[in-house]
Amino acid sequence: MSQSELTLQVEDLQTYFYTREGAVKAVDGINFDVKKGEIIGLVGESGSGKSVTGFSIMGLIDPPGRIAGGRIMFNGTDLVKLPEAEMRDIRGKKIALIFQDPMMTLNPVLRIDTQMTEAILAHEKISKEDARQRARDALGQVGISSPDQRLKSYPHQFSGGMRQRVAIAIALLNKPDLIIADEPTTALDVTIQAQILFEAQKLCRETGTAMIWITHDLTVVAGLASRICVMYAGRIVEKGDIDEVLDDPRHPYTYGLIGSVPSRNKRGMPLYQIPGMTPSLLKLAPGCAFRQRCERATDTCLVMPEPQQPQPGREVRCFHPYGGGGE
Amino acid sequence: MQSGLVLLVMSLLVFVGVFAIGNPVDILINPDADQAEIERAIKALGLDKPMWEQYWIFLVNALQGDLGRSFVFNIPALQLIWQRMPATLELAAFAMFLAIFMGLPLGMIAGLKPGSWIGRTIMTGSILGFSLPTFWVGLMMILLFAVYLGWLPASGRGETVDLFGVPVSFLTLNGLSHLLLPAINLALFKLSLTIRLARAGTREAMLMDYVKFAKAKGLSNARVILVHVFKNIMIPVVTVLGLELGNVIAFSVVTETIFAWPGMGKLIIDSINVLDRPVIVAYLLMTVTMFIVINLVVDVIYSLLDPRVRLGDLKS
Ligand SMILES: Nc1ncnc2c1ncn2[C@@H]1O[C@H](COP(=O)(O)OP(=O)(O)O)[C@@H](O)[C@H]1O
Ligand code: SF4
Ligand SMILES: [Mg+2]
Repeated sequence: MSQSELTLQVEDLQTYFYTREGAVKAVDGINFDVKKGEIIGLVGESGSGKSVTGFSIMGLIDPPGRIAGGRIMFNGTDLVKLPEAEMRDIRGKKIALIFQDPMMTLNPVLRIDTQMTEAILAHEKISKEDARQRARDALGQVGISSPDQRLKSYPHQFSGGMRQRVAIAIALLNKPDLIIADEPTTALDVTIQAQILFEAQKLCRETGTAMIWITHDLTVVAGLASRICVMYAGRIVEKGDIDEVLDDPRHPYTYGLIGSVPSRNKRGMPLYQIPGMTPSLLKLAPGCAFRQRCERATDTCLVMPEPQQPQPGREVRCFHPYGGGGE
Repeated sequence: MQSGLVLLVMSLLVFVGVFAIGNPVDILINPDADQAEIERAIKALGLDKPMWEQYWIFLVNALQGDLGRSFVFNIPALQLIWQRMPATLELAAFAMFLAIFMGLPLGMIAGLKPGSWIGRTIMTGSILGFSLPTFWVGLMMILLFAVYLGWLPASGRGETVDLFGVPVSFLTLNGLSHLLLPAINLALFKLSLTIRLARAGTREAMLMDYVKFAKAKGLSNARVILVHVFKNIMIPVVTVLGLELGNVIAFSVVTETIFAWPGMGKLIIDSINVLDRPVIVAYLLMTVTMFIVINLVVDVIYSLLDPRVRLGDLKS
C-alpha cells in the first residue's frame, strides 16, 4: 500500500493523564491506520480509551493529560509535533469530530447559523453571506428540511436526531479528509441510528472522506466499517477485517464481546456476559490486562503479550488466542 | 395583584413597627412648649386618632398617591424621596457597573487559570471582599485615600450637572472624584459575588462538550471564551446581579452614611432618628416597589439571554 493512500497513521500513540494518584495510561501504545475513504471501527467497553484516542488525534487533550509518545501521521505530517496554531488550522477543516451526546455538543445559547458559519469563517476568508449559503447546503445534505428557517433556530428547538444531523452537517462544512465520530448514534433511537449510519456510509463513498467510527456496540460497526480495532484498557487487543474478526474472533475479549451480542447468539441460549469489570487504569497489574476476566488465562499471561499476526492484516495481542474458527 | 398584596402587608407592618418604636411628638416638638401647643401639634399631624384609624386614613390617601407629609420638612414624603433618589440610583448604578466590568473579566481569568498565582490572587481578593464589613472598608478607604493620601474627597456629591433634568455627578471630574470612593465601597461585595459567579460558570462551561466541540471546529481560543463561554456565564451573572440590584440600593444606607452621600439611604437614617413616620413608610414602600420592578426587568432580560426560556419550553 502506498503511503499516499493513507489518510491517517497512528504509531505507538501513548496518551497519559498525570493525576495526583499517578499516571493514568488511557492510551498505551496503539497502532492503526485509516485509508482514504475508508471507515474503520474502534470498539471497546466504556473507559477503554476510545475517546481519548479521538481527542489525541484532534490535539485536544487537556492537562493533566498529555501525549507521552508516538506519532500521528496525517497526510504525511506528524500532528503530535505540530504547533498549536497550525493544529488549529487542521481542526475542523481537515479533521472533524462528532460527539456522542447531541444534546450537549451544540451551544444552547447560540443560534444554529452562528455555530455553523463560525466553523467556516475560522478557516476561510469569505463573506458571512457565502458562509451562510454553505451552512444551508450542508443542512440540506444531511436531510434537514427547510434549512433556511432552521438556521435561525436554537438547538433546543431540534430533536436529538436532528441535533446530531446538525453536528454532522457542521463536521461536513469544510469537506474534511477525516471524520472522527465518537459514538454519534449511541444516544439516538434505532431507526434514526440506522438512517445516520446509512448516510455516513454514503458520504464516505461519495466524498472520499475517511472515518473513524467509535462505538461500544459491535452491531453498529458490523455493516458499516471495513476494518475494526478492538480496544481494551488503552491497548488494541485485536485488529483486522471486519468480517474476519466477527466471524472468527481470536482474542478472548473480542470473543466475549461477540458472544454478548443478541443477534449473533443462538435463539434461546442465555446471553454470554464477560465476567468482571474493566480494570482501573491507575493500578494496572503487569501482564495482560484482561487476565482477571479471561477463561484462557495461564501463568504465561503474567507478562504483557505482544501483538501476533495469525494471518496478513490481522493482529491479536494474546498468548492463547482462539484458533482459526475451530472453537 | 400579588405585588399589591405585598405592598399592603408591607405598609401595615411598617406602620405598626414605627408606632412601636416611639412617639414622634417627643422628638419633634420643643420640650419647652406648653400643653396646649403640644396638643395642637398632635392634632395637626393627625396623631391624636387611634392607630387603626390613622392607618385607614393613610391607606385612603396612599391610594390617591399621597403618602403623607414629612413631619420634619413639611413637604410631601414622596417628593422628598424623589429628590434624593437620583443620588442613590447613580451610586448604585455606578457600583454595579464597577462590579460587572471588573468582576466578569477577573472571574473568567480565575476560572480559566484556577491554579495559577493570578487565579489565586483574584480569589483571595474576592474572599476579602466578601468577609470584610462594608462600613469598616469604607472607613479604611476614607483614612487611606482621603485623609492620608488626600487623593479623593470623602463626603458629598461634588459638582453635579443635569442629565435629562436629573442631577448627576459622574459627568463632572469633581463629581466623579466624589463618586469613586463610595461606589467602590458599595461595589466591593457585588464585585466579589460577580467574580465567584463568573469563575464558577467559566470552570463549568470549560468542561462542557460544547466547548470541546467549539474547539474541535478550529475556533480560536478568544472566540471560544468570549463567545461560547461568555454567553453562557452571562445567564447566571445577570440573573443574580439583577436581583442584587435591589440589595445594592438598600445597602447603600451604610455607604451613604459613611460618605455623607445625600441619597435616600442617608435620608432614611435621618428620618428614623427623628421618627419621621411618613418618610419611613414612603421609603420602604418605594423600596418594595423597586424590588418588584427589578424582578420583572430581570425576568425579561433573563429570557432575552436564554433562548430556552424565551420560548417558554423549559421541558427540553
Ligand atoms: N481528564 C482525565 N483525567 C484522568 N483520567 C482520564 C481523563 N480523561 C480520561 N481519562 C481516563 O481515560 C480512560 C479512557 O477514557 P475514554 O477514552 O473516555 O474511554 P471510552 O473508551 O469510554 O471513550 C478513562 O477510563 C479514564 O480513566
Ligand atoms: S493473554 Fe492470556 S489473559 Fe490475556 S487474553 Fe490472552 S489468554 Fe487471556
Ligand atoms: Mg467515550
